[in-house]
Amino acid sequence: MSSTVLSVNDLRVYYYTLTGIVRAVDGVSLSLGEGEALGIAGESGSGKSTLGYGILGLVPPPGRITRGSIVVDGIDITKLRPAELRKVRWSKVSMVFQGAMNALNPVYTVGHQLSEPLVIHKGLSVKESLEIAAEMVKKVGLTPDILRRYPHELSGGMKQRVMIAMALLLKPRLVIADEPTTALDVVIQAQIMNLFKELRQAERNAMIFITHDLSIIAEIADKTGIMYAGKIVELGASEAVFGNPLHPYTQGLLRSIPRLRSKEKITWIPGVPPDLRMPPPGCRFHPRCPYAMDVCRSEEPPEIEVEKDHTVSCWLYMKR
Amino acid sequence: MSSKLVVTKAYKYFPLRRSLVEILMFKKPRYVRAVDGVSFAVQEGEIFCLAGESGCGKTTTGRLIVRLIDFTGGKALYMPRKEVLSEIPPGFLVDGKYVDLTAKLPRYVDKLLRRDVQIIFQDPYGSLNPRMRVYDILKEPLDIHALGATDDEKREFVFKILEEVKMTPPEEFAERFPHMLSGGQRQRIAVARALILNPSLVVADEPVSMLDVSIRAEILQLMLDLKATRNLTYIFITHDLAVASYICDKIAIMYLGSIVEKGSISDIVNDPLHPYAKALIAAVPEPDPRNRLKMREVPIKGEIPSAASIPPGCRFHPRCPYAMDVCKSKEPPEIEVGRGRVVSCWLYVRK
Repeated sequence: MSSTVLSVNDLRVYYYTLTGIVRAVDGVSLSLGEGEALGIAGESGSGKSTLGYGILGLVPPPGRITRGSIVVDGIDITKLRPAELRKVRWSKVSMVFQGAMNALNPVYTVGHQLSEPLVIHKGLSVKESLEIAAEMVKKVGLTPDILRRYPHELSGGMKQRVMIAMALLLKPRLVIADEPTTALDVVIQAQIMNLFKELRQAERNAMIFITHDLSIIAEIADKTGIMYAGKIVELGASEAVFGNPLHPYTQGLLRSIPRLRSKEKITWIPGVPPDLRMPPPGCRFHPRCPYAMDVCRSEEPPEIEVEKDHTVSCWLYMKR
Repeated sequence: MSSKLVVTKAYKYFPLRRSLVEILMFKKPRYVRAVDGVSFAVQEGEIFCLAGESGCGKTTTGRLIVRLIDFTGGKALYMPRKEVLSEIPPGFLVDGKYVDLTAKLPRYVDKLLRRDVQIIFQDPYGSLNPRMRVYDILKEPLDIHALGATDDEKREFVFKILEEVKMTPPEEFAERFPHMLSGGQRQRIAVARALILNPSLVVADEPVSMLDVSIRAEILQLMLDLKATRNLTYIFITHDLAVASYICDKIAIMYLGSIVEKGSISDIVNDPLHPYAKALIAAVPEPDPRNRLKMREVPIKGEIPSAASIPPGCRFHPRCPYAMDVCKSKEPPEIEVGRGRVVSCWLYVRK
């Protein structure tokens, strides 16, 4: 339907800590076309944020991309030198960081911070940059006078809009949003999600939404990936994943969400996610899985395409 | 069933600092009107929800009830559990069974009440002392209130409560430090600490909002189970209406220090009347991917103003899509619109 913007193949990001190797992202593959939005959901510690940082080539030490490729718009960013990577970052892939409250520099004006990427990446003058920044600020529903203000003068919702404007400035092909609404109130959250929907139609860039809240993913994503212990355990069209969840973990997650208009009893997944320094053998979910079989304890499940574009890594779906 | 807590026109103003110049010029002191005339009643055994966005005064209201801060004005009649009631001299009682939480009480009455009204804080990463073991965290309230004669007896209390919040085996968890626990386990400890003094009213301030979705259900269920076994009344403070609708019986929606609508949760979720309640409910995301194809209708504009400069008239009018002239000048009265359902909005005044 459209050209591929991102293709990640067998990506592994490990943190080499003193107490062992943390396999935060351990063999993730996915692809994303132009204008598509992918939601990545998982518990804290599932590696979803590390995946986002990995795609930007921003894994903090002691983390390293140890294997796999990340091809953004035809460029494999795992093969770039730091200087080349800096050119690609933000112009091809940008990010809306978690916690908009703290992501802006408190001692510079919003205008300064918004014009900086234009000056550095495009070599524009400050004046030209500010004009472009003013346009972008209007697109995210703010007035241009905000450029003269400092972050502490803005509310949480306004700061988040500034962060979104900043991510879109260089017209990147891919925008990654890491928990973009977690710190915001519901009304503001709804406004920000509406903004993402509008911008997506206007700019046609691909988006990745990383969040622990499946309801937010349902608000925007065409495709949904469920991440558990460093792996994507289920990936498919959002309708398929929400309507016909296959992996026991996905099923558990969906059953744990309270709904506004239903008193249906919610349940939870007992146990805690594994320590990624020594994940359990076989399927990583087996210690918490109600359907665990012998094979789950010893062998890692393969990726199985159950229906078109809907894959799951679970032994339950293996045809014998 | 009788009322556990009746709050009438409660106020809490925080004074703003004035500069020396302002003091010398005899400028009037200014206040943040965090809680500005709030009235509600909580029945025994129910889960009463205070909901609203950040800055609406829901947490301040909760803290007033636990008396972590003092009321600026108003009345809050609280009915302690029978054993506690019998220890309070009748001179401090209203109607024989209520204590006014806004009154000045002697230290020993104060202490009795503190045992009977407890709080669970939002952030289990911040509310547990990282240098204390679980055992010491749970033993501290017992020491303060001189419960349990010997250390052995206290130990028994601690282990019993740990079992009750399903931290088994208790011997093992008691020896841990908070950093050795997961978020859900920490919150269980926070719940245990609130319940170890055997309170009858528990104020839960956003007890699940810092937790992953998958753990929330676990803590909510624990709270429901404990309510049933211990005959508790909860005041549940949350910004998440989906959680509120799951767990609560009644709800009061707050905006900028006052309650805009209150009533049974199902009435309000299914048919909100106040324009702010409508917007708040329309904004709740649900796990249905069909939502991605449409914009969410959130008719209210702008953001919540500062509680230091509350707009005149109805405090919601600058953001309200239905604002009329009267809204700009006069505060709306509380209008009863059906059984136990009250809305503060000029739209519902019969002419």
